[in-house]
Amino acid sequence: MSSIKIELRKEDVDKINEICDSFGNEQSELINVLHKTQEHFGYLPAEIQEAIASKLNIPVAQVYGVVTFYSFFTMTPKGRHPISICMGTACYVRGAEKVLDEFKKELSLQVGQTTPDGKFSLSSLRCVGACGLAPVVLIGEKTYGRVAPDDVQDILKEYQ
Amino acid sequence: MHLLVCGGTSCRASESALIAESLKRELEEKGLGNEVQVIMTGCFGLCEKGPVVKVMPDNAFYVQVKPEDAAVIVAEHVIKGKPVKRLLYVNPSTGEHVSGSGLMGSYRKQIRIALRNCGSINPENINEYIAREGYAAIGKCVTEYTAADVIDVIKNSGLRGRGGAGFPTGLKWEIASKNQADQKYVVCNADEGDPGAFMDRSVLEGDPHSVLEAMAICGYAIGATKGLIYIRAEYPLAIQRLKIAIGQARDYGLLGNNILGSDFSFDIDLRYGAGAFVCGEETALIHSMEGMRGEPTNKPPFPAESGFMGKPSNVNNVETFASVPVIINKGWEWFSSIGTEKSKGTKVFALAGKINNVGLIEVPMGITLREIIFEIGGGIKNGKKFKAVQTGGPSGGCLTEHHLDTPIDFDNLVAAGSMMGSGGMIVMDEDDCMVSIAKFFLEFTVEESCGKCTPCRIGNKRIYELLTYITKGNGTLADLDRLRNMCHVIKDTSLCGLGQTSPNPVLSTMDNFMDEYIAHVTEKRCPAGSCRDLMKYTIIEEKCVGCTACARGCPVNAISGERKEPHFIDQEKCIKCGACFERCKFGAVLIN
Amino acid sequence: MRGRMTMETIKLTIDNKQIEVEKGTTILGAARRMGIDIPTLCHMKLDDLNIENKPGGCRICVVEVQGRRNLSPACITKCDEGAVVRTHTPRVMNARRTVMEFILSDHPKDCLICPKSGNCELQNMAIRLGIREITGQEIAEMSTYRKDTSPSIIRDLDKCIMCRRCEMMCNEVQTVGALSAVNRGFMAVVAPAFEQNLEYSPCTYCGQCVAVCPTGALTEVDHTGDVLRAIADPSKTVVVQTAPAVRAALGEEFGMKPGSLVTGKLVSALKELGFDYVFDTDFAADLTIMEEGTELLARLGKFLNGDEDANIPILTSCCPGWVNFFEHNFPDLKDVPSTAKSPQQMFGAIAKSYFAGKINVSRKDMVVVSIMPCLAKKYESQRPEFSVDGNPDVDFSISTRELAHFIKQANIDFNNLPDADFDRPLGESTGAGVIFGNTGGVIEAAVRTAYELYTGKKLSRLDFDELRGMEGVRQATINFDGLPINIGIAHGLGNARKLLDDVRAGRSTFHAIEVMACPGGCIGGGGQPLHHGDSSILKARARAIYEEDKNKTIRVSHENPYIINLYKEFLGEPNSEKAHHLLHTHYFDKKAKIIVKQ
Repeated sequence: MSSIKIELRKEDVDKINEICDSFGNEQSELINVLHKTQEHFGYLPAEIQEAIASKLNIPVAQVYGVVTFYSFFTMTPKGRHPISICMGTACYVRGAEKVLDEFKKELSLQVGQTTPDGKFSLSSLRCVGACGLAPVVLIGEKTYGRVAPDDVQDILKEYQ
Repeated sequence: MHLLVCGGTSCRASESALIAESLKRELEEKGLGNEVQVIMTGCFGLCEKGPVVKVMPDNAFYVQVKPEDAAVIVAEHVIKGKPVKRLLYVNPSTGEHVSGSGLMGSYRKQIRIALRNCGSINPENINEYIAREGYAAIGKCVTEYTAADVIDVIKNSGLRGRGGAGFPTGLKWEIASKNQADQKYVVCNADEGDPGAFMDRSVLEGDPHSVLEAMAICGYAIGATKGLIYIRAEYPLAIQRLKIAIGQARDYGLLGNNILGSDFSFDIDLRYGAGAFVCGEETALIHSMEGMRGEPTNKPPFPAESGFMGKPSNVNNVETFASVPVIINKGWEWFSSIGTEKSKGTKVFALAGKINNVGLIEVPMGITLREIIFEIGGGIKNGKKFKAVQTGGPSGGCLTEHHLDTPIDFDNLVAAGSMMGSGGMIVMDEDDCMVSIAKFFLEFTVEESCGKCTPCRIGNKRIYELLTYITKGNGTLADLDRLRNMCHVIKDTSLCGLGQTSPNPVLSTMDNFMDEYIAHVTEKRCPAGSCRDLMKYTIIEEKCVGCTACARGCPVNAISGERKEPHFIDQEKCIKCGACFERCKFGAVLIN
Repeated sequence: MRGRMTMETIKLTIDNKQIEVEKGTTILGAARRMGIDIPTLCHMKLDDLNIENKPGGCRICVVEVQGRRNLSPACITKCDEGAVVRTHTPRVMNARRTVMEFILSDHPKDCLICPKSGNCELQNMAIRLGIREITGQEIAEMSTYRKDTSPSIIRDLDKCIMCRRCEMMCNEVQTVGALSAVNRGFMAVVAPAFEQNLEYSPCTYCGQCVAVCPTGALTEVDHTGDVLRAIADPSKTVVVQTAPAVRAALGEEFGMKPGSLVTGKLVSALKELGFDYVFDTDFAADLTIMEEGTELLARLGKFLNGDEDANIPILTSCCPGWVNFFEHNFPDLKDVPSTAKSPQQMFGAIAKSYFAGKINVSRKDMVVVSIMPCLAKKYESQRPEFSVDGNPDVDFSISTRELAHFIKQANIDFNNLPDADFDRPLGESTGAGVIFGNTGGVIEAAVRTAYELYTGKKLSRLDFDELRGMEGVRQATINFDGLPINIGIAHGLGNARKLLDDVRAGRSTFHAIEVMACPGGCIGGGGQPLHHGDSSILKARARAIYEEDKNKTIRVSHENPYIINLYKEFLGEPNSEKAHHLLHTHYFDKKAKIIVKQ
């Protein structure tokens, strides 16, 4: 019930307003707005959701409800080198789980987390459509195919 | 002459873009830049052997090409007309290099309708699409057909929805056409989310115009002027190509007001999914397009009555749409001559798993699993024994060797306890534990359940927990009964298709591989040797030479033994990591 | 009219019995008409208020419909011509049971100490379905969440079953938007943004989420312990006030039929509990009418003289949920509502000044307790502007439900209590004060007084039927001796929003608008005995309130002799400086704000 006050930098507010305006401030464009906003900021922290809610004139609870529904949206910043392990069926039957375990072990990280230095974040995703290369690991834009657990250390070394 | 370089996801991941660049550079250097075109196409379908380069019109098919191979391809094939033998596809059964994709086993049984242009045209150039009868179908519709005629053609063709359940497309259009409203929508469901399915992506990346054209045809048939493509944000290349295609189609007057000078106007916008499998369900998809949580609602009302923004909406998936222009062009008689009695035409499958030729295939309905796996797919990897094939993704089930000769169509798959689904086809061999496979799919469902209805929100979680319990060797026979009952109730009571089909992987593995379940609960044994908690590593005394490699590699010091004496694994300490097995050069470590 | 139109009907068979129903009827509706009680959990329908929750999510009400592959939820499946429905086949019964076991496998089993115990729809369903054990509980993970307590409401989401009733009330009915379904799958739950406490949301504490929650996930903050301690403290003089709607509902907690008026027993019970003085909030309601009515006439006078700053329409301000709502959503209009405090706060202010002086008790030694049908009153009593040097005008506000528990705890045989009278001077009230409990009641009371003060004439009739009823938005024009006064009434904050949007846009033609946050008014408040989706209970309470009004000898506020005396002895005139100081307040802008950092 107490009045909520959030602080944002002017350029961030301007950016959010610009994005919302570009979609005509339509409430039904919320997901598109969130996509664009996350594209710009890298993630969707609470203050930014408040600002979007205020601009689109929808309850912030609803915005949060949408953000937490879709796995593409995140409220924590991703690492500079986001690691995604494909857990589609083809990759799974070719041992993706063991590769994932190896990344977890090497980075002491759970899925959905980011290393304290902000360098790596770990996520699993479902089928990138590169089943011919299974198991597949994506780091940033780069794709690694036919990854074996033993390759993990070498792959990570590329980012040292 | 054209050099077609596969720009599908698998090939791009293997640097096919670099290959295209190298080819272009080589051609420029040889002064052939204007004569020979290098085109990045959509997926060829032969992902296993990627990156793939095809030389047209010779139809020479080069596989596993590296950027440095560009020089030899240009020098030998383009200039001298001699195919580069070492890069040609090798027939796995004969060991011979095969030129011409038509001769390759993996292509021979295929009929490409939805994928007709994938790998053959430059998807970013509308003229190439037009050159292959593109936009002729919409032209035919607006000049020769009434809306009712179009619906009749689609109905007569026997086309059924390729997104999963196989609802007759023409009937769907007819229902939407009969609901009167000031605004109707044509929605293309491109939220392909099945783990192990990427056919929609390939169509959109390889032949976006066919979907745009089909949506316009649908709009004409049902009386809609607006189309929306709901596409996964994780498909950036498909999005980019769609945007280019929409722009070009507008420029050519093939989208927008008064298409081809007729009274019919139609335009298309994109909406993005954001990573929720349930949004493949049409009511959930519509809520998502409206900016809300993608929760499904009870049907009826169906989208055809009340869909996007409460208006009548017709939702079809990408592959369904991609088949439509060909049906109009070639006639329903042609289309319905392909396939089985109740399932007409072709189906695209993403063939993956323990199979030699992983890739995207399009086959006539009625083909057998045996033909797909052993002829098109080139058989099981590493000469292992075929065990099962999983179709329909998390909604489907497993088919076994008993089903190898069953003609595949919508109804036969359902009768066999699986379903067509969107077309993922994962081949499994003797090393795959069927309880673990069921668990894998349930883990997916648990993660992807929207949480709206009880059986899917909690029930699937309980099934997953029980399967985990069983794979750890803790289950009992009574648990198997309980598992089955939970599965049946979840199917029977869930709100949407996700929950209504989510227990299928469990039920079908229970039906076909009950002995494996029983082994897990009664003998505490995993017959496939894949459940880690049930594995027991022992050292065969006779084979152990006492090299100590295993003991040195054991992370928990569970292995003891003197040098040059047989070693021993302390089962209490063993964490079943398998390090000893991998290190032993003498085959002395036994897993059971 | 509807009856005379030829409506399309449908014939179907349910449990081997034929029935003909109007097209569009659900299977649940048809079955209930036949006396077949299909169990439901998430579904809730308040017929007379046009409120329905039907997400079709719990799947308890599934039935077998011949020819359909899967079971169908009776609550949202419409009847088809010729349908053959079975509601209790072994397949259905097994499914219901298994689904119920799923729900319970993710629900705490601490029923013994749950605030909802004995009044819990989930518990009742478990009893009804005869659940004795949850197989596999030992390996079943439970979804757990942080517990949240706010000034009014406790959220214990471990007990949430995702029926979505609260979400529907908060968003569709109240348009408050504090709650939304969040997360996905197993962890899906209804919560405020960022799963923060309600305090950091636009929650108005109307308590309608609590009123409809079928489990112990949403409950009121319990202050009965504080009240007991105050009573036990010999240095404190404990004064209690009871709101009008309490007397029309409290009996339900003791097995009486809805609509039973228990004013006399209520007073007896409070005396038995040990309160030193038992007073009536209705007295303060009469006082509110004097202040608000005077303000209305003053503003109206200005308005009629063409004064642009007259702030017409005047909005009532008795309802703390409503006050919270406009502070959050219409801060630009915060000068439009009457500045009169709510009756609860007027009472506290008068009790701790006028009455404390009369009985020679210092402010700090007096504890004022209110019995309210409302949860927002808890928050209201804690607003800093309603205290003097940190000592609040109203110390504790407890709900009708808490009072019922308190009475039971004290082994008072409520049903057999003799009737007793309120104490004087703050216990005397008129019929006008009583009807504050119903939607339309505040404005009716105001009209009675304003009419007589404005025209100087006696009203020939006191019942303004045109102001009564359950329609969400109502309007009427009352003739003030040739001057037509346009009155708007809204109950439910979503309805209020419609009227406020008109005011904001300059479209409103009303001179006065009454708003009550809860559907039905205070009788349907968030602190009342649970209606469990039966709106006939609300109607019965409303009738009881009007009955109490009819039975009163004095029915216009300005004739209350103790009110007249209060002005004579203490306040002077309505809207006097002293009255302003004690009985009026001001409002705050509580809209979420974005502060731009440079």
